[in-house]
Amino acid sequence: MDGGHGHSHVLFVHTDSGVHRLAPECKVVATVLFVLAVVATPREAFWGFALDAVILVAVALVARVPLVRWGRRCLVEVPFLVFAVFLPFLGTAPYIEVGPLSLSEPGLWGAWNIAVKGTIGVAASALLTATTTVPDLLRALERLRVPRALVAIATFMIRYGEVLSADLARMRIARISRGDDPRWIWQVRALARTAGALFIRSYERGERVYVAMLARGYGFGVTATAVERTPGRSWAAALVVPAAAGLVCVAAVAGG
Amino acid sequence: MSPGMTAAGTLEVRSLAFAYPDGRQVLFGVDLSVAPGERVAILGPNGAGKTTFVLHLNGTLGGGAGSVAVDGLTVGKPTVREVRRRVGIVFQDPDDQLFMPTVRDDVAFGPANLGFRGAELEQRVDRALALTGMAGAADRAPHHLSFGQRRRVAASTVLSMDPTILVLDEPSSNLDPVARREFADIVLSLGLTTLIVTHDLLYALQLCPRSVIMNAGRIVADGPTPDILRDADLLAANRLELPYGFVMP
Repeated sequence: MDGGHGHSHVLFVHTDSGVHRLAPECKVVATVLFVLAVVATPREAFWGFALDAVILVAVALVARVPLVRWGRRCLVEVPFLVFAVFLPFLGTAPYIEVGPLSLSEPGLWGAWNIAVKGTIGVAASALLTATTTVPDLLRALERLRVPRALVAIATFMIRYGEVLSADLARMRIARISRGDDPRWIWQVRALARTAGALFIRSYERGERVYVAMLARGYGFGVTATAVERTPGRSWAAALVVPAAAGLVCVAAVAGG
Repeated sequence: MSPGMTAAGTLEVRSLAFAYPDGRQVLFGVDLSVAPGERVAILGPNGAGKTTFVLHLNGTLGGGAGSVAVDGLTVGKPTVREVRRRVGIVFQDPDDQLFMPTVRDDVAFGPANLGFRGAELEQRVDRALALTGMAGAADRAPHHLSFGQRRRVAASTVLSMDPTILVLDEPSSNLDPVARREFADIVLSLGLTTLIVTHDLLYALQLCPRSVIMNAGRIVADGPTPDILRDADLLAANRLELPYGFVMP
């Protein structure tokens, strides 16, 4: 249990750039607005999505985020794309023939819609996390007046996700050291027991954490954090990105 | 600040008894007086009621018979906030205590709950981290620190509240010999009234001139630590033992 193996900053790219220095709350708002603009863009406007992608790449270049590393981050989306792959096979008429396959045209459009908007959305979030540390993201939520309880839950999730996964790793090692080698479904009993034990342990830890918080004076009314004013320049710079995507969306709607 | 003429760092526990809601009685009339600046070890086997006792000192548990007074303030609903500032408890597992994304945030948690803001808050955080030699780790995440470092940060999280009484629950557990000595040096340098809950008898000998033995919810012995540790029968009766090969000087 010595040292740390978890890394909550793995997503962060340690460089200094104008994008890194922007106030985190501006970046969060800009990302959300950008994704909304992308989602609102009609799926037929191929050129619009190309422009959205160009906007993101431009931000990444300014932020000096290595493109390959950024691309690899976006792979988290792959399991969700699998779902989109099924749509052309399951969709309704009319069908079009592609080689030996008969594919549903609405299904193809649906798949394209999910794939392109999902990918751009994931890429935008990956860019946000590459340029903003986790503590900064949490502070941003606080400043954006997200209810304190929700911010606290996110804080706990990040902190204890690490502790829990370290717990789980230790329990797994203890299991396999005693000859456990689960390969088949009927051997999951030990794994299920582990999950149960982990649940109980986490529940008890929750109680201990709460007592430790109480011991430090928690629970006597709301603690207001000092809210500094976000510089207007930060907002202006960050909002350029969703504004551009918004223009693309409006042009696409008008053109279609 | 302290009411009456009671000096800061005074603890008075009178006939403290407590049963958990399920009926299991854990404390059966505990009496303990601690003077300012005194360091007292609370020794005892597992299940003796040590942790339950500690949780009474800052009003986390209560409602049983008897009383606890910190610096002359009787612990109860109206005083509990002030008592929690005065009694700093460092829990056994630093992962229970450190829950914020960075060390700085965590050390600031207590004083922020007390209403400190801005430069004053920062000053308290910096001072508390300097006291445990962890100033360089302010912006690191707790899980990037070694266990010994996490324990020191856990101590900082209560020192930032400027307590008059420090309570350490098993402070030497899981520490390597150097980290153990470093932590002892920190405790000695603070000069605060300190209660150390432990079954590490040599740590008690090193840090506390006075020890009490708690067993089955009662204080069964109270005296100078060397005297208590020399009494082999007393130790044996309370499931305590000196490490193999160690002979009291």
